[in-house]
Amino acid sequence: MDAPASYVHFWFILISVPNLLIIGGLILLFVIALFAPFPRHKASKPAEAAATDVQAIPPPSQAPEAAGGGDGDGDGGGNWTRSMQHAVSRRWPWHQLLPDKQPRFVASWVYMFGVGAIAALVWIVISGMVLVIFGPTWWHVSSAGKFMNSIHFWSVQLFFGFTVMHLWGQYFMAGWRHGRAMTWILGVAIFAISIVAAFTGYLSQQNLDAQWIALNAKDAINGTGLGAFFNILDYGQMFGIHVILLPLGVITLVAIHILLVRLRGVVLPIGWPDRFKRNAQSGERES
Amino acid sequence: MSRQKWDQDTYYKGVPMAGYDLIKEIVAATLIIGLISLGLAFALSSPDVPSVTIQSWAKADPVDFVTTATAELAGTSDTAGYGPPYTDVSGAAQAIGPFAPQDFFGDPMHLDTAQLFVLGPLTTVSGNDTTLQKALATFQGATSDQQQAWLDAYTTALDGATVQGGQVAVAAGDYGPVPTLMSSELAIAQSGSLDGILLTTPRFYQTNYTSPLLFMGDGSYLAGLADQQHLLGTQWGMMNETGSYPGQTWLWLFTVWYQVPPFDTADNADLLVVVLMGFLSLLLALVPFIPILRDIPRWIPIHHLIWRRSALAGDADSE
Repeated sequence: MDAPASYVHFWFILISVPNLLIIGGLILLFVIALFAPFPRHKASKPAEAAATDVQAIPPPSQAPEAAGGGDGDGDGGGNWTRSMQHAVSRRWPWHQLLPDKQPRFVASWVYMFGVGAIAALVWIVISGMVLVIFGPTWWHVSSAGKFMNSIHFWSVQLFFGFTVMHLWGQYFMAGWRHGRAMTWILGVAIFAISIVAAFTGYLSQQNLDAQWIALNAKDAINGTGLGAFFNILDYGQMFGIHVILLPLGVITLVAIHILLVRLRGVVLPIGWPDRFKRNAQSGERES
Repeated sequence: MSRQKWDQDTYYKGVPMAGYDLIKEIVAATLIIGLISLGLAFALSSPDVPSVTIQSWAKADPVDFVTTATAELAGTSDTAGYGPPYTDVSGAAQAIGPFAPQDFFGDPMHLDTAQLFVLGPLTTVSGNDTTLQKALATFQGATSDQQQAWLDAYTTALDGATVQGGQVAVAAGDYGPVPTLMSSELAIAQSGSLDGILLTTPRFYQTNYTSPLLFMGDGSYLAGLADQQHLLGTQWGMMNETGSYPGQTWLWLFTVWYQVPPFDTADNADLLVVVLMGFLSLLLALVPFIPILRDIPRWIPIHHLIWRRSALAGDADSE
């Protein structure tokens, strides 16, 4: 793997075979996810049984959080803590925060890309924490460190792969409908910050790649004027940003993103009958 | 009673539900992705081509090193003419018309390449070396016109330089003390001293590699190694990795612009591409509000593959 890669040159496009395999693999996986049959949690139920499931969800008026008092944001009798309790429990009751049911139309592997990205992020954080504990030079001088760095490297590749496919999937589902625009915007923000996080990670490698990336990328940063504050040739500054600030930003936004998904639930399929659209409008306006 | 902010029960009214186990899904995904990461790490390891030092550069390509050091002394290197944030050079900043954000915050680093890369390190090591001390005094005591004449002549002579016993030899000429300075500069570089000197500040701990990186970036040796690894901008290098590993493929669009007109020949390509990518990123974030962009998913029937009619049978029509 350390030998120089082969490259494909077509018209103005020049791409390495490893990169081509990654991109081709993502597209192939996305297509497979579109066509592969998705196993049901349970066998499909007749309409009557399904209707029973729907009725099993307590209506808002009977939900525990409603019974607990407080029906508005400001309710709590001036008690900020109680108001916070009411606000949180009304938006994220347990059956929405940790659901044990979901709409039966959620039956495609495309829905798995988001959780795949989160799982990869878990391994990025775990391997990154181990690398930080042993220090930035450890992985150059220790086979165990090299192995841990390799887990970090491939977790990052998997994270971006799943994130990109999640983005494709949500775009083709128009996942921003019915009041989910902020969820989409946050997702794009996570993607953008993750790119910067990965970039500072590449700068922190302490090898030829890091040297060359720093020298090349400085022109783009300096061109914006930000080079006066973020000196990407300053290893200490980039390493600190990589291991503290950017992970904090990504993890925080991912947490908010997940909470918004759990607040709204998955979006209804495109083209469903109008009566379902009315559900959306009574829940909140359709964006 | 205030209106509910959101009500999933209303939203899913009439929608058949199925059993689901969120925690099991997360745990399974984490284990599977962990196993894949472990497997890839075990089978393929990760890229790690060793870094270049000034010492390894000076040993591997003495002529390039001396040529670069001479350019730093003459103030003709890329860094010397870079402008903010490294040097104070009027008109060097990238701009789009009158918009030149690179100039907004001046040159906080105030780098003097002659002093930083050549005269300062040589002064540091001159110690009891009277020959070097005399050469430094001669150079610094000469008029700027005289300095420039020596440097111009030496720079021209370097085109035909040869390496003899690890030293750079040029044709005889009137170069003043410049050959002595460059011989000493090459010697401290090849010994490894210059790597340390360029990192040294009055403080004990150092993490800022700006000086040695800029110095190496001004030469062609590092660029030659990057060329071999397909890391140059003209080689779509932004998304490439050393060896046969995948790189930052997610930067493909950022990289594309540098390959096509007008960006591929523009002096302000970096600023143009950053502004363009910022705009495109904003478009992506605001897709939910932009007609046509938000309508494309309805027109392209990929959603029929995600929500298949066979799977939905009895769902939407179940009421």
